Amino acid sequence: MPALILASIITLVLAIVSVFVGVSDVSISSLLAGGVDGRAMEVLLVSRIPRTLALVLAGASMAIAGLVMQMVVRNRFVEPSTTGTSESAALGFLVVTLLAPGWPLMAKMGVAALFALGGTALFLRILKVVPLRDVLMVPLVGIMLGGIIGALTAFIAYRANLMASLLAWNMGDFSGIIRGRYELLWIGLCCCVLAYIAADRFTVAGMGKDFTTNLGLNYQRVMVLGLVIVSLVSAVVLVSVGAIPFLGLIVPNLVSLMIGDNMRRTVPWVAIGGAGMVLACDIAGRIIRFPYEIPIAVVMGVVGSAVFLYLLLRTPRHAT
Amino acid sequence: MQRDLDTRPHPEPVAGRGRDTEVATSPTSWFDRLTMRSSRPALVLIGLALLAVISIVLFMTLGAKGSWSFVLSFRGKKLLGLLLVAYSVAVSTVLFQTVTNNRILTPSIMGFDALYVLIKTALVFFLGVGALVSLDSQVQFLVEVLVMIGFSGILFRWLFLGEERSLHLLVLVGIIFGVLFRSLSQFMQRMLDPGAFNVLQDTLFASFATTDPTLLGISCIIVVAVSLVGLRLMHTYDVLSLGRAQAINLGVDYKRVVVIILSLVAVLVSVSTALVGPVTFFGLLVATLAHSLVGNSKHRYVLPAAILLAIVALVGGQTLLERVFAFDTALSIIIEFLGGIVFIALVLRRSAR
Repeated sequence: MPALILASIITLVLAIVSVFVGVSDVSISSLLAGGVDGRAMEVLLVSRIPRTLALVLAGASMAIAGLVMQMVVRNRFVEPSTTGTSESAALGFLVVTLLAPGWPLMAKMGVAALFALGGTALFLRILKVVPLRDVLMVPLVGIMLGGIIGALTAFIAYRANLMASLLAWNMGDFSGIIRGRYELLWIGLCCCVLAYIAADRFTVAGMGKDFTTNLGLNYQRVMVLGLVIVSLVSAVVLVSVGAIPFLGLIVPNLVSLMIGDNMRRTVPWVAIGGAGMVLACDIAGRIIRFPYEIPIAVVMGVVGSAVFLYLLLRTPRHAT
Repeated sequence: MQRDLDTRPHPEPVAGRGRDTEVATSPTSWFDRLTMRSSRPALVLIGLALLAVISIVLFMTLGAKGSWSFVLSFRGKKLLGLLLVAYSVAVSTVLFQTVTNNRILTPSIMGFDALYVLIKTALVFFLGVGALVSLDSQVQFLVEVLVMIGFSGILFRWLFLGEERSLHLLVLVGIIFGVLFRSLSQFMQRMLDPGAFNVLQDTLFASFATTDPTLLGISCIIVVAVSLVGLRLMHTYDVLSLGRAQAINLGVDYKRVVVIILSLVAVLVSVSTALVGPVTFFGLLVATLAHSLVGNSKHRYVLPAAILLAIVALVGGQTLLERVFAFDTALSIIIEFLGGIVFIALVLRRSAR
C-alpha cells in the first residue's frame, strides 16, 4: 500500500508539472498577480487544466483497456493497437464522418465504438477458428488485421481526400485539447470504475471458460463486458486525442512484472501507471523542443516499442 | 496437403533428388493438372515473361498523346525505376527467406526499409542539412547504403546467428523494430527545423507514381554489381535452403555466405526504398506467389519467377491504376491490403498444421 501511495504522489507531481509547463507564462506568481480574471488564470482554466485532466483520463483508461483485453484474450501481448481495435475505431469514425458529417461528436464516437467492437469481435473470431499454439501468434495476427483494416481505411480516406484527418486520428496529440474538447474522456473513467468493480470476474475469466463456468459465472457475459469496455475506451481516446500506441501493452506488463496478476490489486496500479506514463511522455514532448511540441504518439512510439522489445527479448522464450 | 499451401521452413528436400523436377508427393493443384509436371517451372516462367512484356508494352504506349520521343523517354525513366524496384524487392525477399529459412519473414517485415529511412533522417539530423545539400545525391546514397549494411549486419548477427529463437518471436520483434525505427525517424524529423525538414521530406517523398529520377543511374550500377556477386553464389542457395546444419555439412562456408547474402539484401532494400519508399508486404506477396506457382524451391526457377511476378504486379498494376482507373498513388495501399491478407493466411495455415 505505501508503494501505491508513493506512485500516486509521483503521478500527482507530474500532473502539477504538466499544469505549469508551456509557452504561456503560468506560475504561482503570475496567477496571484493576474487575479481571477487575469490571462494566466484563463490559460490555466481553458488549456492547462483540461489538458492535464485529458492526459490523466486517457492514460488511465487506455492502460486499463489493455489490462482488460489481456485478461479476456488470455494473452500478455494484446492491447487495442495489436488487435485491430484502434484501427476499426478509426474506420468507423471515418465512415460516420463521410456519411453523416452533421452528427454530434457523441454519436460519432458511438459509431466508432461499434466499429471497434466489431473489429475486436472479428479478431476473437479468428482466434477461435484457428487455435494458435504460440502466445506470440496472437499479437502477430492482431497487428496484421489492424494493418489490413488500416489499409482499407487509408484507401477510403484517399478517395475522399481525408488523408490529413486520418493522419491526425492515428497520431495521438494532446496539444489541441482545450475546455470543451476533452469531456468525452470522462466516459473512459466510467469504464475504469466498471473494470475495477468487475475486476474479480475478469481475473476468473482469465483462467479459462471451463473454470469460469465451474465457478458459476456467465463466461459469455464477462467477455462481452470486457470487449465493450475496451471498444468504448479505444473509441473515446481516438476521437478526442488520437491513437496512443502500445500504452495499454507496456503499463499492465510492467505492473505485472512488479506485483503479479490479481486484477483487483493491479487495477489501481495500472490506472496510476498509465496516467503517469502519459503525463511523463507528454511533458517530455513539450520540453524537448520547447517552444514546439512533439506529439505524444511519437514519444510513446519510441518508448513503447523499446519497452515492448525488452519484454519480448527479456527472457528465453519458454518463460512466457 | 497441397503444395501451394506449404509454408514450412524447408518443405522440399532438394538435394539428392537427382532430377530437376519435383516428384509429386501430394494431390496436385489445378495448375499441375493443366501443365505437364515435368515442364511446369519452364512454362510458368514463359507465361510470366509474356505477361511482363505485355505489361511493359501497355505501360509505355497506353493513352500516349503527342510526341513519341517525349512519351517514350519520360515513361522510360519511370519504367526503369519500377523495374529496378521490382527486381530488388523480389531478389532481396527470396534470398532473405532462403537465409533465414522460412517463408513468412521478409526484409521489409523485419523493418529493413524503416531502418533505411531512419539512417537517412539521422544523417540530416546529425550532420545538418548542409551535408545533404552540398553532398552529391549519388555519393550520399552510397554513404547511406554503407551505413545500412553495417547496421543491418549488426541487427541480423544478433537476431539470427546468436541463440536459437522461435520464428514467431523473430517476426514480432522485427515488426516492433520497424515501429521503433519509424517512431525514431518521426521523432528526429520533428526536431529538425522546418527548412531542413522540407529538404529531407523532398528526398523521402517517393512512391510508385513518382520514383526518384536522380538515383536511377547509380541504382542500375549497384543492382548490376549486386547481381554479379549474387550469381557467383547461385549454387549455394539451394543448399542453404536446407537449413544451417545441412548446409554446413554439405560444405558451405555458412557464416561467410550468410553475411554476404545479408549485405546484398541490405543493398537491394536500400535501392528500392530510396526509389519508391517503404512497402511492407510487396516482397512477401511476390515470393509466396512465386513459390506456389513454380511448385518447387529451386532458386533458378523461383528467383526469375519472383522477379517477373514483381514486374507484372508493379508495371501492370501501375498501368491499370494510372491509365484505366485514374487512381495515381493507390497502388501501395492496395498492395498493403492484399499483402496483409496473405500474411495472415500464411501464419494461420502454419499454425493450424
